Amino acid sequence: MSLATETTALPAERFRVTRSRRNVAWTGVGALIVVVVLAYFPYIVYSGTTAILVQAFIVLTMASMWNLLAGYAGLVSVGQQAFVGLGAYFVLILALHGTSPFAALPVAAIGCGVAALPMWWLVSRLRSGYFAIATWVLAATTMLIIEKFSSIGGGTGMPLPGFAGLDPTLLTAYTYWAGLAVTVVALVGIYLLLRGRLGLVLTAIRDDEAAARSSGARVGLARMLVFVVAGAGCGAAGALLAISQLQVQPGAVFSVQFTAEMAFVTIIGGLGTIEGPIVGTAVYMILQQTLASYNAWYLIILGLVAIVVTLFARRGLWGLVDTHLNVRLFPVGYYLRLDEERPRGPRALPRRG
Amino acid sequence: MSPEPNGERPDGAAPLLEVRDLVVHHGQLRALDGISLRVLPGEVYAIIGANGAGKSTLLRTIVGLHSPTAGSVFFDGTDVTRVRPERRATRGIVMVPEGRRLFESLSVEENLKVGATYSRPGPWTIERVYEMFGWMRERRRQPTAQLSGGEQQTVAIGRALVANPRVLLLDELSLGLAPVVVQRIYGMLPQIMATGLTVLLVEQDVSQALRVASHIHCLLEGRTTLVGTPASISADQVEAAYFGLASAAAPGASPEEGEA
Amino acid sequence: MAWVNAIIQGVLVGGLYALFACGLSLMFGVMKVVNLAHGDLAVVAGYLAIGVITVTHIPVLWSFLVVVPLMAVLGYVLQRTILQGALDRSVLATLMVTFGLSVVIENGLLQFFTANSRAIGTGLALVSGSFSIGSQIQIGYLLVVVFAVAVIVLLGLQYFLSATKYGRLIRAVADDREAAQLAGADYRHVFGIAAAIAFGTVALGGIAYGMYSQLQPTTGTDTILLFAFAAVVIGGLGSLWGTLLGGVVLGVAQQIGAQISISDETLAGFIVFLAVLALRPQGLISRGAQS
Repeated sequence: MSLATETTALPAERFRVTRSRRNVAWTGVGALIVVVVLAYFPYIVYSGTTAILVQAFIVLTMASMWNLLAGYAGLVSVGQQAFVGLGAYFVLILALHGTSPFAALPVAAIGCGVAALPMWWLVSRLRSGYFAIATWVLAATTMLIIEKFSSIGGGTGMPLPGFAGLDPTLLTAYTYWAGLAVTVVALVGIYLLLRGRLGLVLTAIRDDEAAARSSGARVGLARMLVFVVAGAGCGAAGALLAISQLQVQPGAVFSVQFTAEMAFVTIIGGLGTIEGPIVGTAVYMILQQTLASYNAWYLIILGLVAIVVTLFARRGLWGLVDTHLNVRLFPVGYYLRLDEERPRGPRALPRRG
Repeated sequence: MSPEPNGERPDGAAPLLEVRDLVVHHGQLRALDGISLRVLPGEVYAIIGANGAGKSTLLRTIVGLHSPTAGSVFFDGTDVTRVRPERRATRGIVMVPEGRRLFESLSVEENLKVGATYSRPGPWTIERVYEMFGWMRERRRQPTAQLSGGEQQTVAIGRALVANPRVLLLDELSLGLAPVVVQRIYGMLPQIMATGLTVLLVEQDVSQALRVASHIHCLLEGRTTLVGTPASISADQVEAAYFGLASAAAPGASPEEGEA
Repeated sequence: MAWVNAIIQGVLVGGLYALFACGLSLMFGVMKVVNLAHGDLAVVAGYLAIGVITVTHIPVLWSFLVVVPLMAVLGYVLQRTILQGALDRSVLATLMVTFGLSVVIENGLLQFFTANSRAIGTGLALVSGSFSIGSQIQIGYLLVVVFAVAVIVLLGLQYFLSATKYGRLIRAVADDREAAQLAGADYRHVFGIAAAIAFGTVALGGIAYGMYSQLQPTTGTDTILLFAFAAVVIGGLGSLWGTLLGGVVLGVAQQIGAQISISDETLAGFIVFLAVLALRPQGLISRGAQS
């Protein structure tokens, strides 16, 4: 069998391994600027806008987590709403005991990460379809169990205490900054995680699991780590949700609708890239704002578009951009470059991750 | 007789199965690099070669389970390159796949029945298969997992036969079977072909192939290295073609390179 | 005696669950597709039945004759088009497509029919009546009929799979798709038939559910899908009669839960499901799954 001989016929010294196709230092600076500008928003825009942005932050965080699970670790979970709900309830419970909900947020995230461990033990050995359903059942079970405790609102829920005496404008501002912080931490965290060894292991697993195992990659450990991180991330999103809605209702925070949103946003934006959920969230927010009064419609449209994208444009919107413009804002892959200016097109190693 | 270059056959013989300049890839790997061959009706055409030479890929492409990057497959004069595998089967190209691949949750008889579901009209029936392989009738309700390797191989052959193929493709019959068993199965080939079948087989066991074939085609790393009849090829030539050694050119011999 | 009543109820409702579950099991066994929209299809069938009855005023029981074949055809079409397309891509694709379908169907129903519950009222003594054994055990006719229907359907399916041409083909394709192709079978067509059967049986269950209980747009996922799935898991994968066993165990567990506390009915079922997952996952991973 003959491989394309060009790459293998050249001596190794003529190749460099780089992390990205173009110089992306400027993207890092750009991102920083964006974050700084966003941080100023409460001073310059109306609270209605910041409220919408908080929603966007929640969706983006959840979508990024779902992307991590499905796009990188190959785990299709239809039960992440379990962590969203748990995150919200962690905050509620802590607030009922006197903690500030904002302070409770990181605790909720960690708590959900811990809660992910027994769940992982239950579902880790299942095949994809059964894994999906099992996570769904776990989420439904979690909700039913929580509903039994009337001290935290039972089946009807209760308002979130801990904001008494806080000026409403200040509250929206703090909520907004909390949302921004969660999103930035989530995205940066995922980027660093994937850029490092874990990313390499996950890509190897994705390409050929048996080969990955035999070369020493700790497949189970890698997946568990991803599941825990995703649990924590969704928990943080749930905590944000509780804070932004000022109440916690089981039916609302454990709704499978969150998974629908996470999944569709990720698929439409582009599965398997960090930028994908960002693009997808933008689409989602636009859709939601334009169809605000037709509540069920935006989910219908989102669902239909997700189906179409899955069947015909597998790499999503970002995938289209990526293919044509060769840009990665979050470079986590590796490229093999001849020591020329540009790497050769199809001769380079497959770009994944 | 000297080995013919590149599968060209004596004039006047219309091939039943023909492959022209076939190029097949597995992802980025070029598995077959410009293969051509012609199988005449009534022949036993054997493809030999080392592991990874592309033999099974060739068979799979002929039967339609793999799409070529370039080149074509002709059956009885018609271009079938774009035809789906199940339609090729109903036209008469039936393969006994590598590793038997019986339907494990089905009994012996059920396997045969499935094979007969879309059969062409012809002399082969389940009854006839039972007559040929005596033991099968009594154990026809047995789950195939309980059969020995040799028995499974015969059931797989039977399953292909009841479809009444015109050309029977045998992929590595000898795999995992004791030599005695292999010989016995190959020994039945004349009986099988008495009904007018043509056979194209892939075989790792070169001596076995040389014993049954009327035509030999050797592959190495996706290219044809030797074509000819067993009578006209020497053992040294086969060895050279099989392993890709530069051979001393004997008079009249022409080890072939396929077109790149 | 309330307990005996509860257990009998649980056993009988297991028949209904089996109707839901057998289609799910078939689709997974043959095509390796976990149809996340499976429950919603039952609800669609129920709403269709209501619509057909309202518009044409045919007798209620005739709605089965209209809706079930319709859903079977829908199943064939959906399988040959969307589901096959997803299957050709990846497992993730099938999950996403079926999940997408589920969301679209539910929200579509929500949009057009609102969240109000609907029931298929029959007024037939057969359906709403009940009979008594002794003084304290009362059994509704409907559930008995549904259980009997479920048994008949399973028997029919068993016969179909073991003794007919297409049943053999379905089993063969499930075993080895390529080998079936080599034997001349178009596996896409065979998949379509399996899907048609799955859609038909779940439609049957959905209409029965509409008579037994009430339908809402979210019933498909809240109730039917997860219960169907639980029945499959508890009863053991790949086994048709296992779905009946699983359904019965689920039903009984739920009724026992309800005896403990009325709100624990669903929870009890899920706990049994999770317990089976925890204690006996072999059935779920033994079929060649190395991951």
